[in-house]
Amino acid sequence: MPWTKVYGNKAEFEKLSGSTPGLRGITYKDALLEATTQMLASDKNVFVLGEGVDDAGGVFGTTRDLHKKFGKDRVIDTPLAENGVTGIAIGAALAGMRPILVHMRVDFMPLSMDQIMNHAAKWHYMFGGKVSVPVTIRSIIGRGWGSAAQHSQSLQSLFAHIPGLKVVMPATPYDAKGLLRSSVYDGNPVVFIEHRWLYEHIGHVPEEAYTVPIGKAVVRRKGADVTIAAASLMVYEAMKAAEDLKAEGIDCEVIDLRTIKPLDIETLTGSVKKTGRLVVADTGWKEFGIGAEVIARVVEEAFHALKAPAVRVALPDVPTPASPVLEKAFYPGKEHIIEAVKKMLVRERP
Amino acid sequence: MSIARLAAAFNCFLTHNILADRLRYMPIQTIEKFEVKFLQIINEKGEADGSLVSSFTDSDLKKFFETMILARTFNQRALSLQREGRIGTYASILGQEASQIGSALAFGGEDWLFPSFRESGVLIARGYPMWMLYRYWAGDERGMKAPPGVNIFPMSVPVGTHVPHATGAAWAMKLKGHKKAAGVYFGDGGSSKGDFHEGLNFAGVFKVPAVFLCQNNQWAISVPRKRQTAAGTIAQKAYAYGFEGVQVDGNDITAVYRATKDAVDKAKRGEGPTLIECFTYRLDDHTTSDDASRYRSKEEVEEWKGKEPLIRLRLYMEKKGVWTKDYEDAIAKKALESVDAEIKKAEGFTPPDPADIIRYTYAEPTPRQKRELKEFGWEK
Repeated sequence: MPWTKVYGNKAEFEKLSGSTPGLRGITYKDALLEATTQMLASDKNVFVLGEGVDDAGGVFGTTRDLHKKFGKDRVIDTPLAENGVTGIAIGAALAGMRPILVHMRVDFMPLSMDQIMNHAAKWHYMFGGKVSVPVTIRSIIGRGWGSAAQHSQSLQSLFAHIPGLKVVMPATPYDAKGLLRSSVYDGNPVVFIEHRWLYEHIGHVPEEAYTVPIGKAVVRRKGADVTIAAASLMVYEAMKAAEDLKAEGIDCEVIDLRTIKPLDIETLTGSVKKTGRLVVADTGWKEFGIGAEVIARVVEEAFHALKAPAVRVALPDVPTPASPVLEKAFYPGKEHIIEAVKKMLVRERP
Repeated sequence: MSIARLAAAFNCFLTHNILADRLRYMPIQTIEKFEVKFLQIINEKGEADGSLVSSFTDSDLKKFFETMILARTFNQRALSLQREGRIGTYASILGQEASQIGSALAFGGEDWLFPSFRESGVLIARGYPMWMLYRYWAGDERGMKAPPGVNIFPMSVPVGTHVPHATGAAWAMKLKGHKKAAGVYFGDGGSSKGDFHEGLNFAGVFKVPAVFLCQNNQWAISVPRKRQTAAGTIAQKAYAYGFEGVQVDGNDITAVYRATKDAVDKAKRGEGPTLIECFTYRLDDHTTSDDASRYRSKEEVEEWKGKEPLIRLRLYMEKKGVWTKDYEDAIAKKALESVDAEIKKAEGFTPPDPADIIRYTYAEPTPRQKRELKEFGWEK
């Protein structure tokens, strides 16, 4: 399947897709723009709001020129008020709309946490299923350029902790387009997390509208020795690690979680039962993070299949530094995954 | 020098000159003015402004009176039920019936309301089944599942957080081209919240069809109105958001109705939002968990008892020959009977299904939840 493939860059895409004539490759950011354009065109209830959505840059290109096509009433640059705007999106959703709220950075979302966790996530539950809040909140995580402690966090586990919310983190352009549509039509509040480093990635994306199911992980690479579960940018690091490890005779299976909540535990346990070893690579912090939850769930359901202690590759328990030198020491990548896999192979229990 | 830099320099020169002119010829000038109107139609003695009151028919007055008696009866019985341990903590509406019912009746059935927790009167006026309200206060989510056709969102227990929701709903109505309005109720305490600011600011900028109803009952639990804001009125805050604010005598149901009706009509004409401050008084404790005698004087409460909304309407209706003691006795008896029947219905209602604990977290249960429903033996 062309869309389950992960391409590192344009050249790689062109090389690998060369055998399939007519396969269209577009970037992650264009995939998001295309999904949004199609929904705005086909559904009057869909609208986009957020700070700067009509700027020339268009939120890294993902909302570029939408206000020109669909008008300033449907692509709305809002007053600066994260919590209020979230409440307004909730109110519009209650009145039958399907808002797509965009935050330039996930770091701004703590300001709207009250509306997200106390309202969006709760209304359906608290009032006997009478009202639902189909709000999609797009937010961007990133790293580099000295973004530092307040502008480059990776807060997925904060949202995943809240019952009533769904959290998705697409890694490929194909998933970005399909999951955005699924999120908008899900019927629940969905936090949609994009990594800025993925925006220029190219992959196969069909032109027509389609959905990718929320709650389904995908095996990006089959392997027999170790399972590497990853999300978002870390999927690429995991793929690179698997490639290097192959040269050393270690066969890794790479699972792209795609959805953080609800977690696709069946795909994870299925893989671990086969390999007996699990590494979880996440863009967020290690403590109380996605890795902790994935491993706990696998231990609960497939403890006896584990041949070695599971390992997390994630951020150390410190804020993001600004200095490039410190950043280099801060962020884990391919090497850390390779190291984790190798350590695991010598730490097998008898 | 590049053209851009030349232009920038010229702009700088221009700005400097305008500023210099202002400073030379107009050291101080008034650039904005606002005034806050206060509306009262029937005063505490039951005397009415003839021209304003004439729009109300006898049957309007009776509807106001009877709905207030019903809501007060509901309220009294709720307080008794709480003392008997038959419902949980309850927030009394005593003294605020006119603010709640006068405003609620001014909205059309097609409009949507966002009440706070102290708005039983609003819900009753909108025809919300009282037995469901009792269920809600007894701790049953299903009590807030409004029946079809009753356009009311669940009561907001968090303070002020539903103000942006109303703005959003009103905005959705505008986008959809519907001729509808959204109304939201909050207190003087709620007006200090960031949500109030953000919700009203957005409403002003996007001119949405919303009516913001501040129920200024003078006390936010133990915080008096004067400690809530240094502004003379809450109504005047609207002017900072670019729309009209008005203060009404919240214990005069005709004034509340008139001001709200005008605001709803204005909203539906596409002329934007209005903030209405209903100047009223909470005669009871904040909730059944509170003791207001610890922070406010008996004299103050006594003074407001004389201004409560039923007294003046009764006096005015009596003068008009619409009220008699027999009429009120019959109304009160009917109200009590219907409230008792509703309590019976509430207490006889089936207990919730344990599966509800999982069922409503998401629009559809997740795979894990489906498995849990099976494991717990709750699957239907």
